Amino acid sequence: MFGYYLDLAWRSLRRHKILAALMTLAIALGIGASVTMLTVLHNLSGNPLPGRSDVLFHPQVDPRPADLPGAKVEPPDNLTYLDAVNLYRMGVAPRRAVMGGNWLPVRKDVPDSPLAMTTNRATTADFFAMFGVPFVYGSAWSAQDDANHAQLVVLSQALNQKLFGGADSVGKTLVIATKTFRVAGVIGAWNPQPRFYDVDDAYDGGAFAAAEQMYMPFFTWLDLPQDYGYGSMDCWGTDPNAGQHNPKAPQCTWAQFWVELDTPAQVADYRAALEQYSRQQHQLGRFQRAPNVRLRGLLDWLDYKHVIPVTVRMQTWIAFGVLLICMVNTVGLMVAKFLRKSGEIGVRRALGASRRAVFLQCLVEAGVVGAAGGLLGLPMAWLGLWMVRQQPVSFAASAHFDPSMLVAALALALLSALLAGVWPALRASRVAPALQVKSL
Amino acid sequence: MELRPILATLRKHRIPAVLIVLEIALACAVLCNAVFMISLRVRQMHLPNAIDERGISLVSVNGADPKLAASDIPRDLTALRGIAGVTAASVSNTVPLSTNNIGWSFGTSPDATLATQHTVNLSMYFVGEGADQALGLRLKQGRFFTNDEYADSKLGSGVLPGIHVAVLTESAAKRMWPGQSPLGKTFYSKPDYYQVVGVVADVMRPWVSDAEHAYNAVYFPLAPDAMTSGYIVRSAPEDRQRVLQQATQALQKLNPGAVVKGRTFTDIRNRYFADTNSMAWMLVLVCAVMLAVTAFGIVGLTSFWVAQRRRQIGVRRAVGATRTDILRYFQAENFLLASFGIALGMALAYGLNLFLMKHYELPRLPGVYLPVGAAVLWAIGQLAVLGPALRASNVPPVVATRAA
Repeated sequence: MFGYYLDLAWRSLRRHKILAALMTLAIALGIGASVTMLTVLHNLSGNPLPGRSDVLFHPQVDPRPADLPGAKVEPPDNLTYLDAVNLYRMGVAPRRAVMGGNWLPVRKDVPDSPLAMTTNRATTADFFAMFGVPFVYGSAWSAQDDANHAQLVVLSQALNQKLFGGADSVGKTLVIATKTFRVAGVIGAWNPQPRFYDVDDAYDGGAFAAAEQMYMPFFTWLDLPQDYGYGSMDCWGTDPNAGQHNPKAPQCTWAQFWVELDTPAQVADYRAALEQYSRQQHQLGRFQRAPNVRLRGLLDWLDYKHVIPVTVRMQTWIAFGVLLICMVNTVGLMVAKFLRKSGEIGVRRALGASRRAVFLQCLVEAGVVGAAGGLLGLPMAWLGLWMVRQQPVSFAASAHFDPSMLVAALALALLSALLAGVWPALRASRVAPALQVKSL
Repeated sequence: MELRPILATLRKHRIPAVLIVLEIALACAVLCNAVFMISLRVRQMHLPNAIDERGISLVSVNGADPKLAASDIPRDLTALRGIAGVTAASVSNTVPLSTNNIGWSFGTSPDATLATQHTVNLSMYFVGEGADQALGLRLKQGRFFTNDEYADSKLGSGVLPGIHVAVLTESAAKRMWPGQSPLGKTFYSKPDYYQVVGVVADVMRPWVSDAEHAYNAVYFPLAPDAMTSGYIVRSAPEDRQRVLQQATQALQKLNPGAVVKGRTFTDIRNRYFADTNSMAWMLVLVCAVMLAVTAFGIVGLTSFWVAQRRRQIGVRRAVGATRTDILRYFQAENFLLASFGIALGMALAYGLNLFLMKHYELPRLPGVYLPVGAAVLWAIGQLAVLGPALRASNVPPVVATRAA
């Protein structure tokens, strides 16, 4: 019976080409708009490190003064230099990494080579293992190198391509901020989106900024002059030193810190250790507030930080508004379509078709419109994503088509067409056969 | 035109009528809000900014030795002023719309706190000699800084300068001392205090959170310092590209160990508003799509309607109605439906605005958008109905006699 209904639907649509085209176009436009924004939203809210996200945690402590007008209850996102170093040295977590983003001038170790400002992540050895960073050449530096303030650098694939033409550059030297650094390794393509480990740098594209071009030991970076600029700093108090470029200022938070905790017991232990640390600092008089710690998992952290840009959330609402308007229009067109063939339906009913059968037949027709709308909507969504990519916005790169969205687009199109078809089909199935047959 | 027969017909054909009303209502609600959102963005992008936007370029020098700034900066400025076409050059820590902002709260009394009335968060511009010329600032009252003030102003251990003079923007002055002359007044951030020596026309902040506070900015003089690492170069707009290129080369040559980057102010502005601009265009696109879909819907439903009422039209024509009468009938009917839809749509628009105000910090929808939305939808309705209505008016009277 289904095949027969399909055939009938096809014939009926072909008979009223303009009406059919209008319905298909309405569904396609709605699908195109909503699938574009769904794809962007889907890609932006994805898990940046599938498989590792549930063992990574973001500790926070509260070093702020007791009376800070307008202060939130939540502790600061980042750590002060002192807390970062203390927590890094506190060996409770199996793996941990302290880090900060910054800019440094880099050139090749040959005379007259051009200098370029390069984004750098100053971090500690566990960063690479913890976040599952793949290496193409060489390897990460060791914890010993961290302790020794070794002048080592790990390059991104892109920077290695730019400086060394993509060759194995391990052991080669670079001049970074006038000091000589040796290349320890080159990582492969690695660019977690959202860039969960540092989502705040609005200056640089926020949570959807690209991963840094190079990495160097945290304590080595602290030895370099800091006037090339580094990630945003959040300071408080009236100390006039607060505004100076001094990462070691006691009242400024800026360093990110992540730990790996593999079992619930480790998580509980670490939380207890954080509270213990806060209590101890409180007793020492450094922390004015009672222990106020957080230990969020990676996905909770992204959730808490609302990393999805407001514009994207708003545009998604708008896109679904468009879909709703398109559906209401489709309802109107389908009513017109089905009522127009009242005579035909009357004959079918008179010949013994049940209301159910008529209803199903009309729904199949709606489904065909939906499928056609979905197929036409796909290129529109593709066009929409292309348009998003052309925009100079930080999340532009994430607007690429995703095979799972293909299925979602067709399903959404079918669903919205069927939903739009229910009521017109119900009405069509209630046509009184006698009246219709009489008027033929 | 008699409305009674139209209303009677609509009562009989409730479903298509309700659908058209609903379509128009939804379109009206979204249109009013979308146009409002577009206008907010356009207004933000066109906020006036009293500097010579078309003539300014900015060259940043990063990574030069901070200890040599006192001698490097005058040397660099001399080189810049020697480039043909440069009318003025100076240094500053930041420029409007660069996103590189240092905000500081100042009060109008020595003991003012953040919560005190008239305490204002001001974006601080630290500028070198000749910055008023280089930026094209327009002095409204008082004076800009003297050479001695520039020379005497050093950053102490902190971020605030040790000198006690400042120039405010008009808006900042008005906010701190409403209704009074700001000249000679003092503002404070314990233990520092600054006397207002001049007022300039409104210049935007490096980062504008909302239009109301777009101009809260203050100018401080500063002797050459590592902090003022941005060189402002002014020229005639037509010379700007060449001047920028030469200035970047000159500064790179003088500072071989530093990273030198040049941008025109137009680039800075475009980059700052890229997101806003893209959102505005997206909304324009949405409005266009939505209105097109609504028009298609009206065309489809009215065509169906006309086809259904062919016989009635034939009868009317047979008993003496002219083509114009039939045409007018369908136009009036559409106008009536559109009016119902618009009435409902305005209520929806208001509700949608309340939702947006709650979740996206949007201001209240001004009433003026409602009649604009109404006019657009009336026009769209009339345009969409024209085709089917013309077809209806062409139904020959003989149709009435032919039927069973």
